[in-house]
Amino acid sequence: MDEWKGSVMTAAIRYPHATGFVAGDRPKIVTSRFEHADSFTLERFLATGGYAGLRKALERAATDVHEEVKSATVLGRGGAGFPAGTKWGLTPQQVFPKYLVVNGDESEPGTYKDRLLMECDPHQLIEGCLIACYAAGLSQCFLYIRGEMALAQERVAVALNEAYAAGYVGKNILGSKFSVDIVLHWGAGAYVVGEETALIESLEGNRGMPRLKPPFFPAANGLYGQPTIVNNVETLANLPWLMVNGSEAYTAIGTKTSPGTRMVAVSGHVKNPGVFEIINGTTTFRDLIYGAEFCGGILNDNELKAFVPGGGSAPWFTADQLDLPFEASQVGPAGSMLGSGAIMVMDSTTDIPAAALTLTHFYAHESCGKCTPCREGGTWLERILTRIVNGTGTEADLQQIFEVGAMICPGDFPNASNEKLGLAAVPFPYKMTTICFVGPSAFAPLHSAITLFRSEFEARLVKRISIPVTAVSTPSAVLA
Amino acid sequence: MTTLDSSDTTPEVVVDPNAVSVTINGKVVAARKGEMIIAAADRTDDFIPRFCYHPRMEPVGMCRQCLVEVVGPRGPMMVVSCMTPVADGQVVNTATEGVKKAQEGMLELLLANHPLDCPVCDKGGECPLQDQAFSHGPGESRFVEEKRHYEKPIAISENVYLDRERCILCDRCTRFADEVAGDALISFTSRGNNTQVMTFPDEPFSSYFSGNTVQICPVGALTAKPYRFKARPWDIEHVESTCTTCSVGCRTVVQSSRDELVRYQGVDSQPVNWGWLCDKGRFNFESINSKDRLTTPLIKDASGNLSATSWSVAIDSAARMVRTALLSSPQSVAIIGGARGTNEDAFAWAQLANALGVDSRDSQLADGLPPQVFSLPQATIADIDTAKTIILLAPDLKEELPVLYLRVRRAAEKRTGRVVEVSPRATGLAGKAWKKVHVEPGKTAAALRALSTDAAFTAQLASGSVVVIVGRMNLAESEESVVYALAEVLHMAPHATVLPVLRRANVRGAITAGLTPRNGGKSTAEILEAAAAGKIECLVLLGADPLSDVPDADLARRGISGARNIIAIDTFITQSSALADIVLPAAAYGEKEGTTTNIEGRISNVAQSITPVGTSRPDWMIAVELGAATSHDLGFASYNEVHAAMISGVSEFASAVDTHAVEHDGVIVAHPTPITLTRADGASIERNSYDYRAVVSRKLYDNAIGTAKSPSLATLGVASAIIVNPLDVPRIGAQVGESVRVTSPRGTIVMPLQESVDVLRGTAWLPINLGGSDVRELLDVTKDVIDLKIEKMS
Repeated sequence: MDEWKGSVMTAAIRYPHATGFVAGDRPKIVTSRFEHADSFTLERFLATGGYAGLRKALERAATDVHEEVKSATVLGRGGAGFPAGTKWGLTPQQVFPKYLVVNGDESEPGTYKDRLLMECDPHQLIEGCLIACYAAGLSQCFLYIRGEMALAQERVAVALNEAYAAGYVGKNILGSKFSVDIVLHWGAGAYVVGEETALIESLEGNRGMPRLKPPFFPAANGLYGQPTIVNNVETLANLPWLMVNGSEAYTAIGTKTSPGTRMVAVSGHVKNPGVFEIINGTTTFRDLIYGAEFCGGILNDNELKAFVPGGGSAPWFTADQLDLPFEASQVGPAGSMLGSGAIMVMDSTTDIPAAALTLTHFYAHESCGKCTPCREGGTWLERILTRIVNGTGTEADLQQIFEVGAMICPGDFPNASNEKLGLAAVPFPYKMTTICFVGPSAFAPLHSAITLFRSEFEARLVKRISIPVTAVSTPSAVLA
Repeated sequence: MTTLDSSDTTPEVVVDPNAVSVTINGKVVAARKGEMIIAAADRTDDFIPRFCYHPRMEPVGMCRQCLVEVVGPRGPMMVVSCMTPVADGQVVNTATEGVKKAQEGMLELLLANHPLDCPVCDKGGECPLQDQAFSHGPGESRFVEEKRHYEKPIAISENVYLDRERCILCDRCTRFADEVAGDALISFTSRGNNTQVMTFPDEPFSSYFSGNTVQICPVGALTAKPYRFKARPWDIEHVESTCTTCSVGCRTVVQSSRDELVRYQGVDSQPVNWGWLCDKGRFNFESINSKDRLTTPLIKDASGNLSATSWSVAIDSAARMVRTALLSSPQSVAIIGGARGTNEDAFAWAQLANALGVDSRDSQLADGLPPQVFSLPQATIADIDTAKTIILLAPDLKEELPVLYLRVRRAAEKRTGRVVEVSPRATGLAGKAWKKVHVEPGKTAAALRALSTDAAFTAQLASGSVVVIVGRMNLAESEESVVYALAEVLHMAPHATVLPVLRRANVRGAITAGLTPRNGGKSTAEILEAAAAGKIECLVLLGADPLSDVPDADLARRGISGARNIIAIDTFITQSSALADIVLPAAAYGEKEGTTTNIEGRISNVAQSITPVGTSRPDWMIAVELGAATSHDLGFASYNEVHAAMISGVSEFASAVDTHAVEHDGVIVAHPTPITLTRADGASIERNSYDYRAVVSRKLYDNAIGTAKSPSLATLGVASAIIVNPLDVPRIGAQVGESVRVTSPRGTIVMPLQESVDVLRGTAWLPINLGGSDVRELLDVTKDVIDLKIEKMS
């Protein structure tokens, strides 16, 4: 493999050591090395138990390792929360080659956990990839890193070169019969490529557009028409620890349905924003936003107005849902999703229509242009909302937002319950007329914003001056 | 489409394992596994609106217009019917309130940014967006914002214009270019609401098939220069016909307005063209409307110039010439041509020749194959779809028979069959070939014989049906060498069927109708040689132009100047007809009725759409009149009579009695008793290592009269050049682009040197009949191969 010839340190100079991670007195599965300033180097990695998980895995039969991951119920951390071990089992047997694609195209608004994982501990990710390839019988790994993440790209590239040189990647890894190559691929900056089939299209050199479904899963027919496993960066980063400590230790953390920890990125109006590794399933939103070990409360001790529980596409929650834990089976029925682990907090000073417009603009801009409803509808929504925010919208415009939304997502739209407004929760997910979730995502935040804070939108509408019309009585002679 | 109903006459009901039954709007529909819901619904009366779906392309699910409800275990689910396969017992509803709302919504969204400039749009009146907005749309739009704006039409190729404001981004044109044509020269650029179809920078959409994108565009975004603003759909008269530009015989709709041809559109004929046409066939209607068409008979006056005359004078003079010639001997009269007309034209002329006792008649211009190839077991075009092996012993299909190329390309692309390319150079299908046998001219048969020891190759041949596409891959190589090569293939694969590809439109029909040498009559080359020796008193050129088509310039020149009298029947003044004593104007394609026979022997109709220009007449009528003037009653006097006489007189044409079939997908001619070919001794012709062996073939856009007289096509051709392998360039010593002197035993010409890796070392490719130096000056039809010397100009 050729030496990577990019300028290694330029990005590192531009971006000082990645900040944003907030350590705490909690179990650390994926962030154990983050406290070291040189956490991304091979020396530090090896000094802190690096590649021990891979050694452990290689000592065991591949099916054994697969079983271990299965019994640990490592949930996918990309958004859908599908158990990784089960996903690996979906590939057809006796087909060669099968591929692993690492989805490092983290671009959901508010999410920046994978970036830190790649910047601060690239070797952990590489080790995770190798374990996954070994366990699931995958012969090549493609690491797709989002185009804008310059530092992550450099750190992973350097780490990969180190790993190749040290014999952790390539032919006969650690003297075993197991060989796998890891290929780096840098995105060109498209949100939709975070969708796994669009990512595969992009990897193949095509325009990043979601693929037709069926086939519903790349596990059957993915990259270059071969069975392909697409895993999130964080999912794979869990594997080294799991291999070293075993599935029992893993499931001892968190709940039965959501074991382990998960990375959560909090931003917005909180005192102490950042990325936290929290215990899955038991930590609540209230802990996270108000807990002293986490965000430490709302900025200026203002009141909480609303928060986004799982990335820009998720319907919003209010204070009513603060006590929900990080547990998909509870957040879904409450009307939203955990998604990519991004929480955006809005305090009482927030201009809700403007905040909604920011998100709607993002999704209109990031539509790939394939499906009509997303391409045309997203921009239409943005234009109507812009009018409303600028104070020139009318009551009909507000109604029109729902009409356009219904063209993208026909049927009941998920929203959180709100006792004050008398709203009942409509469970997630939604019906949609598009191929992927980008289309509904343009409407989801907007819908919940209007549902929960309708008065704020109405306050922006053009006030109609009504002229009283007096009925003129018709002379009876005319009627006769 | 396979019929799934078991007919009452069949006693045994064969259960199709792939048959499923779905319920669409309460009606049970028989379908096949893997079929999409929309395709099954198309067999019912219920129309599902669609824009991106096209039955001849992979579904893409882009426009989302074809949403329907499928009743599943968790209640009705909204799915796109173009991407959802049928399943047994599936219940589909296409007209519920929910579906209606979704479809109306989709149309409202599609129309949101559509400019609605229908009054000035070529598509208005035949526009799927317009039609479906009426049938399935919401009626009015709530979109009050400003629409998207782009520069109004931009030319993306010489003939295709793109209006991005009208485009609804259905992916049909881009999919066609990539998937069907293999010329992925247009693609989407930008994102979201700014997504647009665009070419790559500085690379026009110069595909031979670009016109198809205009036809399948569901809005007026793509328009073709030859048709822009020519007519409105409601002013157009349509007749279904068969394209006679080449011998594939694509089904077309010929459209005329105010007695002028305005457009050809492809018709989806399952056995032939699937709706596709090449640009040459699609746009060469312009030549029919050309101002240069012959409108009146011409006769050579005392000063030797052609001047206009009346039909009676012209026919009388022609009859006198024929009679005078016959007085010396029937062998002194000869007919060259007939492949450009209809079967009826060829039949009438063959009957006239019979009546006059003329045996020297040939519809091939020394560039064809012996008619015996029609007596081998024949393949049809559709056999390509099911063949396990397709052997190309043929000219570059992309250049000479473009729509056949699409079919073979698809077989390779879909991996239904493997393509073996036997050719002196890489053709348009080389990239799709499973095996490439690139061999220099003169050694083809020997190379094929050597292949019989290739285990993988013989196993492939044995794995299933084999179709051999056979034609003249090199005009500088004798037709015998093709026959010998074919004999080798048939020896290795006795079960193979043969698809002879003679490129001139109706050459198969003309040969079948009798325009081929009989009773020891002469072939074209022999006729010209005899004429050069002063033995031809009267030469009839039936739509033939030996001076530009016979691949031997010297022979053609000597023959034409040596013939004592020449009667030319033509649509234009060509190089040869300019030298004729009498020129009779012939009615052209679209101006006459008839039938034509394509490469596979499929008889289908050509229809009259407009009145013949001037006083021009169909060829068969000229034969009848010349017969009457020479006291021979041919027994027919109207089109219906000549057609009936042909069906009863030529046994191969008997199946054409089925008029309905002839006017649609056509009928296959009856095959004569099969023959077998004898193999030659297999000796290959060695080449002096200082020489280059000539490979001469045609390009799609050449100096053919139909192209040259169509303004939209005339500029697309390239100038002639000699193309060699890049590794041979240093040996020649000249720079690429520099003029070199090319010498053959026949003559010397000067032309630019070019290089291409498609050309074998030691060979030189010379595309024929282009502007610039005439390659035919180098050729000699009597030689098996032509070796060239290439020298740097001092």
